[in-house]
Amino acid sequence: MRITIDQDKCVASGQCVTAAMDVFDQRDEDGIVVLLTSTPPAELADDVRQAAILCPALAIHIEE
Amino acid sequence: MTETLNQAEIPQFPMARAAGCPFDPPPTLKALQEEGPLVKVRLWDGRTPWLVTRHAEQRALLADPRVSADITRPGYPGQTPISGGSPLSFILMDDPEHARLRRMVTAPFAVKRVEALRPVVQKIVDELIDDLLAGPKPVDLVEAFALPVPSLVICELLGVPYSDHDFFQDNSKTIVKRDVTPEQRAAAGGRLAEYLGDLVGRKLADPGDDLLSQLAGRVKAGELSQREAAQMGVLLLIAGHETTANMIALGTLALLQHPHQLALLRESDDPKLVAGAVEELLRYLNITHSGRRRVALEDIEIAGQVIRAGDGLIMANDIGNRDAATFPDPDELDIRRDARLHVAFGFGVHQCLGQPLARMELQVVYSTLYRRIPTLRAATDLDQISFKHDGQVYGVYELPVTW
Repeated sequence: MRITIDQDKCVASGQCVTAAMDVFDQRDEDGIVVLLTSTPPAELADDVRQAAILCPALAIHIEE
Repeated sequence: MTETLNQAEIPQFPMARAAGCPFDPPPTLKALQEEGPLVKVRLWDGRTPWLVTRHAEQRALLADPRVSADITRPGYPGQTPISGGSPLSFILMDDPEHARLRRMVTAPFAVKRVEALRPVVQKIVDELIDDLLAGPKPVDLVEAFALPVPSLVICELLGVPYSDHDFFQDNSKTIVKRDVTPEQRAAAGGRLAEYLGDLVGRKLADPGDDLLSQLAGRVKAGELSQREAAQMGVLLLIAGHETTANMIALGTLALLQHPHQLALLRESDDPKLVAGAVEELLRYLNITHSGRRRVALEDIEIAGQVIRAGDGLIMANDIGNRDAATFPDPDELDIRRDARLHVAFGFGVHQCLGQPLARMELQVVYSTLYRRIPTLRAATDLDQISFKHDGQVYGVYELPVTW
């Protein structure tokens, strides 16, 4: 799994952090998404998929 | 073809709920959902926008950049006449201006910042429950608990003196009511904007560690006018307490009507179960029952239908959250289901800014109130309770409880 994020689209909903906090974080100044790892371990794959589905701005892209 | 449709056949929106079913969307709305994902409805002003009834299409359209939230565009399906004095905020604007303004206020709603506030919220909730237990009963849960919790929290976050809460609660109630004149709504909005404008002015001179002080900093830097900063304050103040207060009171009433579900919640100390219960109650109750309003910027093909540029759209999220295709047995309240895909906070770039805060507040409330007052019960019959059918935010006006 390879993740890319689009910070320009991000609306700082934080849903990705709630779903997978070892993969996603937020910038202190405005809550915009920060990717902690673009290749998460397999056991986090479901959480990452959940994060992508929940993201209201469709800012998370996953290549399986 | 819609053009040939008999005008009289187009149903009026919004519709009334069924008597005795305060938690369910109107039956006519359910029937329309069965008819199709997109149906025409008639509004108060004779306009006939599309009503989007199903969850998948609502999510798709709310996230579609060809769909605009700009209330000033022709074709926008307004709930009431648009008055020049209405507070215009970024929730009624499109990107890039929407994103520019929204990003100025997103920092305090980041998940870690919200989690850092959890002990503060827990203390507020515990103290209010101490007061409840020490006071007379029955008591109105709305006035004594449901309203003060989010009011105290948003005042803390914004840096608004809580001693002024009567003033802003009265005015924000006027703004979210359906049955007030545009003049009354504008006047209430004007009073709040003036109040927040003064406060921003004071924070300019004497900044603190709060959101209004940060906005004042933006004013100082020339990124925002003082009026814009005040309008953002108005939005956050209203959104920050009307919605959560209604979720606390209506959620409590719904749980009291579903004692098995309440027992599950009361007897579990698993934060995941509590978080899931909050999502399910958000889905089931869907207190923002007026729909998300939009207008199409281009022709959009969806679900075998063509939405024309300029057509109004209403995403009826209450019925979307009861869509059986996404939520099996949608009319059952089941706090153990996975309800996270609900659209109670909307979807797309306008999704509720305060949702992490709202979720955390509700988690604290639902995991504390029923455990500390295990015998909590309604002090009146369901048919004696007055529901906010007339508001933009659904809930109860009063909830007398005892224990």
